Amino acid sequence: MKARGLVPLVVFVVMAGFLWVGLKLDPREVPSPLIDKPAPDFSLPLLDAPDAKLSPADLRGQVWLFNVWASWCVACRQEHPLLVQLARSGEVPVYGLNYKDTIPAATDWLDRFGNPYAATVVDADGRVGIDYGVYGVPETYLIDKEGTIRFKQIGPLTPVVIEKTILPLVRELNA
Amino acid sequence: MIPEIGHLALIIALCLALVQATVPMIGAARGNAVWCAAARPLALGQLTFVLLAFSCLTHAFVTNDFSVLYVADHSNSRLPLQYRIAGVWGGHEGSLLLWVTMLGGWTAAVALFSRHLPEDMSARVISVMGLVSVGFLSFMLFTSNPFDRLIPGAVEGQDLNPLLQDPGLVIHPPMLYMGYVGFSVAFAFAIAALISGRLDATWARWSRPWTVAAWSVLTIGIALGSWWSYYELGWGGWWFWDPVENASFMPWLVGTALIHSLAVTEKRGGFKTWTVLLAICAFSLSLLGTFLVRSGVLTSVHAFATDPERGVFILAFLFVVIGASLTLYAWRAPKVGLGGRFALLSRESLLLTNNVLLVAAAGSVLLGTLYPLVLDALGLGKISVGPPYFNAVFLPLMVPAIFLMGVGPYARWKKAELPELAKRLKWALASGVVAALVLPFFMGSWRPLVALGVLLAVWVIAAGGMGLVARIRATPGGFFGLPRSYLGMQIAHAGVAVVIVGITMVTAYQEERDVRMDVGDTAVVGGHTFRFDGVRGMPGPNYQSSMGTITVLDDGVATRVLHPEKRVYTVQTNPMTEAAIQSNPVRDLYVSLGEPLGGGAWSVRIYFKPFVSWIWGGAVIMALGGFTALSDSRYRLVLGRRFRPRALRRKGTEAPAR
Amino acid sequence: MRRGALLLAALLAAGLMDTGAAAKDAVPMGGDPAVEARMMGLASELRCLVCQNQTLADSHADLAQDLRQEIRELIASGMTDDQVRDYLVERYGDFVLYRPPWKATTALLWAGPLLLVVAGGVVLGFSLRRRRREALEDDAPLSDEERARLQHLLEDEKGETPP
Repeated sequence: MKARGLVPLVVFVVMAGFLWVGLKLDPREVPSPLIDKPAPDFSLPLLDAPDAKLSPADLRGQVWLFNVWASWCVACRQEHPLLVQLARSGEVPVYGLNYKDTIPAATDWLDRFGNPYAATVVDADGRVGIDYGVYGVPETYLIDKEGTIRFKQIGPLTPVVIEKTILPLVRELNA
Repeated sequence: MIPEIGHLALIIALCLALVQATVPMIGAARGNAVWCAAARPLALGQLTFVLLAFSCLTHAFVTNDFSVLYVADHSNSRLPLQYRIAGVWGGHEGSLLLWVTMLGGWTAAVALFSRHLPEDMSARVISVMGLVSVGFLSFMLFTSNPFDRLIPGAVEGQDLNPLLQDPGLVIHPPMLYMGYVGFSVAFAFAIAALISGRLDATWARWSRPWTVAAWSVLTIGIALGSWWSYYELGWGGWWFWDPVENASFMPWLVGTALIHSLAVTEKRGGFKTWTVLLAICAFSLSLLGTFLVRSGVLTSVHAFATDPERGVFILAFLFVVIGASLTLYAWRAPKVGLGGRFALLSRESLLLTNNVLLVAAAGSVLLGTLYPLVLDALGLGKISVGPPYFNAVFLPLMVPAIFLMGVGPYARWKKAELPELAKRLKWALASGVVAALVLPFFMGSWRPLVALGVLLAVWVIAAGGMGLVARIRATPGGFFGLPRSYLGMQIAHAGVAVVIVGITMVTAYQEERDVRMDVGDTAVVGGHTFRFDGVRGMPGPNYQSSMGTITVLDDGVATRVLHPEKRVYTVQTNPMTEAAIQSNPVRDLYVSLGEPLGGGAWSVRIYFKPFVSWIWGGAVIMALGGFTALSDSRYRLVLGRRFRPRALRRKGTEAPAR
Repeated sequence: MRRGALLLAALLAAGLMDTGAAAKDAVPMGGDPAVEARMMGLASELRCLVCQNQTLADSHADLAQDLRQEIRELIASGMTDDQVRDYLVERYGDFVLYRPPWKATTALLWAGPLLLVVAGGVVLGFSLRRRRREALEDDAPLSDEERARLQHLLEDEKGETPP
């Protein structure tokens, strides 16, 4: 058997290996380039007090979750009970970014399904969402005491992600 | 009841395929004539049961049997009849059944038209194809059964995706699959040759018509897909280098290289191992395409409902089939020998160069398609590889290949003389250069890429034409005495030139305007005036349409009326744009409605697309060339002659000549 | 025909054509044509993150419309094309570019096609040289031993000594 004749087979096996790994990956997921970078700045009005403003600088010194949600988002309802539970546990404060929504619809939604948020800011035109690289709702960011983004969850939160990834990271960052 | 019959038919087909894959192969190895002869009836039997299954599924669609899950997911009682039938292959499971039916069809064709082949060769070929059938039938039966029942049955179906409710669905997938799957014949011949150790000019002569047939049909299939997305998707594009488009283009590129390589093997006995490798690669790329579309590994607008479990099955199948073939190749190919010799400049070397360029092009497309996956798998980040990459990389490879297309037919076999070539081709080159310098001005502006496109197209036509004229003069009987294979080559090459003209002109000179139009507003695009005459509501069989009226004015006189639509389908409520296109041989006028802007005004996109229909027209010409070559007298069917069994050849002994 | 179009457009622009009392030349959807052209040029090489199989220029998705508007504003504020691309990559990663950037990780991607052709050419070259060498060997005159064998064979065939 000539070595040269094996080249096509070797090339194929390598390619098949990549395809095999590829089956476990999600080609649609867009990882965030903002991990380990400072959370983009903003100054947005609060949902329940439009005259007051909030920015990430106000939250320096604590570890916090930033949850992007909207009343028109069906998947947000899936994760909402988990957020309510998380907020109640007191382990980590949750702040909301109401994305491309209207104040009455958003307020109504929170009244109906519970409000886990220490505060919610309103991003009516989605500009802050773009700064944070939001491309689908819901998305959640974990931001540390220095204001650096440490983790991003694309899509609804799940109990597994909260238990295995978020809470351990929160504890580590708080230590 | 009927779906169960279909299900049973598939099971029987699988059993037959299992026997078909093993018995004739063993028969050929052992020299057992009876076992070899079993190949034909087994192939025909398998096709019968597969066709039965296909009919059962079609019946379920036509009679709106929503107790079958697949029908409930892809059909609706208000769906027009032709789309209920075409809907059979509108989803994953049904399209697999189409795949298997095509494979059964090709196998039966080989079974019927292989009387002139030695028994052991045809037995092996049919066995290999049977092996592929086994893979696909088991894949269907174990993971993607189109006959699964929905209990309780649905009252109404989910409707066929509106994008698919179009004549394009009726012909594009069948043609495409016929082509894709047709390369399995060349593949089977290659494997049979490797196993038997008999790889010579005769083998190439047997295998060539099957390859040309598959290639021609695939050309039409790809062209149909491009044309369909052009008029259906509403953005006027005709090729996006989408992973699934690439999945059909790669086998085509390798198939083109294979046809040329087979020509050399048939005429001069050269390139044998290379031809075998190409045959294996062409079909492997078809299988890879099947994997990519259905496994969820890549995002694509064409991807079927994906499921990693199915992906694992196909990958395993791929691994076995391709891995075994390439192992067989590595083991047996060196024994096959080198073949005829030829000089550094000769038709053989030019064809080899053509092959290198085509295979490099196919390799580049594969590289670009899989690279994001590779980087992601290695944890090196996520990138996108899109049209800018593919265009940048593909064109430089094709330019020399097309240039060689003009030279190749003039070069002698074995050894060609450069001065002689130059002398014969200088007028063709000159006419190309003149056209390149002058023609672009007629279209409006001179651009270097347009000049290049014109140069290549005119070069190919002039070189081909001059060669044709010279050959006619030298042939007794003139034009009608020409061998069909030669004529086919000329036609196919001319088709390439037509495609080049189409692509060059439309890319350089197309115009687009995205405008807000109130009733009575006009816009000028490509020298034509378009007047917006309002939008009114119109009901359709299973949709509600907003139909716009756009009048085309030339010099103030109304010449055409176009009706772009925006449809909302009753079941799947996403809105669909139906562009209105007015075609003539030299340009398309393309209008699509955007959004209503209030007060009767709409946003409208108007395109002027010069020569765009030459792209698909050229592809059809290429396929015609292929079919012409197939009708060559060499391949005249021997259907008329009664079948006389040939004495079985054992390895190493020669049967007495007939 | 083209000159006719130019003339017509000029006349329309000059308002000398009467196409109807209330009707007018349709207004482009975008604002400033120069900005619009640049935006579409950029957007046609950017990927829509929502549909993922369309360019940002062609997509109707909400996010795509937002991003197109964002790009218009960035262009109007004086950013170059490269700066606009960097802005988007900062937020969405390389995934948003349909033309892969030239980086260490994509070097193989961009160099690949050239490498393939070169590799093919090299293999082709070796193969041709090998054939030529073998051709020369075969055409070499027969050695004495081979000539004797040839005689022998010819004698056997004809049953008589050759001339």
